[in-house]
Amino acid sequence: MAAMIELKNIIKRYYVGQPNELEVLRGMDLSVNEGEFISVVGESGSGKSTLMNIIGVLDRATEGSYFLDGIDVGAQPDKVLSGIRNQKIGFVFQTFNLIGRITARRNVELPMLYNHLPQRERSARAKELLEMVGMAERERHQPNELSGGQKQRVAIARAMANDPAIILADEPTGALDSVTGRLVMDIFHDLHRRHGKTIVLITHSQELAEETQRIITLRDGNIIAERAGGRQPGKEASA
Amino acid sequence: MENILQAFTSLLANKTRALLTMLGIIIGIGSVIAIFTLGDSLTGSLTSQMSSFGVNNVTISLQQTGESSLQNLRGSMLGYGGGGGIAEKDLIKESMLTELKNAFPDEIAAVALTDSVGSGKTAQGRNYANLSLTGVNPDYFLVSDPDLLYGRLIGQRDMEGLRKVAMVSDKLVKNMFGGEKPLGKQITITAGNHVDSYTIVGVYKHEASPLIPNTASDKDISTAVYIPLSTAMRVTGTTGFQSLTLMTAGGVDSVAFAETAGNYLGRFYSRNLDYRVSAFSMESMLSTMTDMLNTVSVAIAAIAAISLLVGGIGVMNIMLVSITERTREIGTRKAIGATNGQIRIQFIVESMVICLVGGLIGMMLGIALGAGGAALLGTPARPSPMMMLGTALFSMAIGVFFGYYPANKAAKLDPIEALRYE
Repeated sequence: MAAMIELKNIIKRYYVGQPNELEVLRGMDLSVNEGEFISVVGESGSGKSTLMNIIGVLDRATEGSYFLDGIDVGAQPDKVLSGIRNQKIGFVFQTFNLIGRITARRNVELPMLYNHLPQRERSARAKELLEMVGMAERERHQPNELSGGQKQRVAIARAMANDPAIILADEPTGALDSVTGRLVMDIFHDLHRRHGKTIVLITHSQELAEETQRIITLRDGNIIAERAGGRQPGKEASA
Repeated sequence: MENILQAFTSLLANKTRALLTMLGIIIGIGSVIAIFTLGDSLTGSLTSQMSSFGVNNVTISLQQTGESSLQNLRGSMLGYGGGGGIAEKDLIKESMLTELKNAFPDEIAAVALTDSVGSGKTAQGRNYANLSLTGVNPDYFLVSDPDLLYGRLIGQRDMEGLRKVAMVSDKLVKNMFGGEKPLGKQITITAGNHVDSYTIVGVYKHEASPLIPNTASDKDISTAVYIPLSTAMRVTGTTGFQSLTLMTAGGVDSVAFAETAGNYLGRFYSRNLDYRVSAFSMESMLSTMTDMLNTVSVAIAAIAAISLLVGGIGVMNIMLVSITERTREIGTRKAIGATNGQIRIQFIVESMVICLVGGLIGMMLGIALGAGGAALLGTPARPSPMMMLGTALFSMAIGVFFGYYPANKAAKLDPIEALRYE
């Protein structure tokens, strides 16, 4: 299968050239295939967030190369990166990050608006996506009228808006109780199985990581372990 | 567009703040519009006032050489006739006017002559009325066209017969006779040391002049009583005129003719050391006064523009605050694919909407204020659609100008930093 994400010797340093120079990623190689569901686990400060920012093209690596769906991301100007985030990547955040004061449906429409889709198409697709995550009845609700789990489902619908190649989820269940967290995880499994999405899940829950096909463990900016997961979701981990 | 909707949403989310922000713009635009509306209606009423005198009128007056021109202007504007200070030998004689008329028969339509006897009053029992007694020739009514309610004007035969007839105002009639028919009635008029009876032959409608504010009460208001010029001249003993008004015939350039007529009469005064002839047309005077009003308007508007500047800075300030508050939102928008340009446009539109709404509120306020002020002055206000369109465009321009810097700041935010912002 073709590699959807191809990281080669990625190094990320902050404060380059200054006395407090900090190397957060230390030559990382990672390849994620199309349609793969992987998880990245690690302690705080292990470089998870930085890795996610680089995979999500919110940030550029100091050294190394990154190919996303065959595109050499490092060589692209900012405007192209905006387009890549818009059409190739769907973000799901721990804190949902829905835009306040506009309805759930308008939130889902936003990425399509930035992609210049006509209103009719945006609205139809947004409805369809909200239905998929079971939020069709709440399409007119504003974020502050929704529970955490509901917000996250709207956020997932938004991430799917432009039918991206990969879904990048940063601690998507971190702010949810276990029941709604389970529900959200099931949606990810559904996106993976039924829609063939490539999913990168960043978490520090070993339990959730076990459900994914592959588990990458980071420590101090290096990948220290890589193993297969794939336990049936929802079942208790065998001790 | 989506951005405009979004801008209104965030405006409504923070009503108090939005209103306070807009206040500067509202006051700025409001005062500019109020001033222009008022200035416009003043100019308009001045124009119609002047053209009721007739823009094709030429005023000719004797000016004392060396006297301040302002005093001359006032004297001639109020139409003081002969007498008062000037020696009889220096006055413009009827013979000179006859010559002038004969020299320009096609240009001159009428020569209005007046002789002011003075201010006085008439009383009968408990009724009284203040008045100013003025002798006029029949041509006078061609130049200044009074609204005759009933009766007739002073005519040529009144002049020739030195008749003691008078044309009075409706105010005087109301004060003296109440509801009774005044025509044919006698009134005894005391003006200066002159006391005489006159028969009322006509009543005209008194109209207050917006140029000369009236401070007297309605009962005490002084109105003109017109009597035949010849009768008045016999009372005052005058044989000439210090000022007069020529009405030019239709199609004659009154500005040019003022100079011609002035030069013609000037010949009679070429060897007079004390007086010279001055002639100016209403038209040129009107444009002078309009210019003056416009200058004042522009000066006040410039001051109002400063409040707009302050208002604009207020908008910029609040946009900066709003952008800081919405840092996470900006980060999110960037993460889901908004380009810097799209973020920039969003906030510029928001700033534009604030200014446009403020501008429209200010415009309504300004028109209301201007119209109210104009109504107080008794002149109709007519806000022009061009001005409204200009205001709308100008407020949007303010929005763009003062919104650009904050919007650009938002556009350049680092998405990672923005997403991490608490």
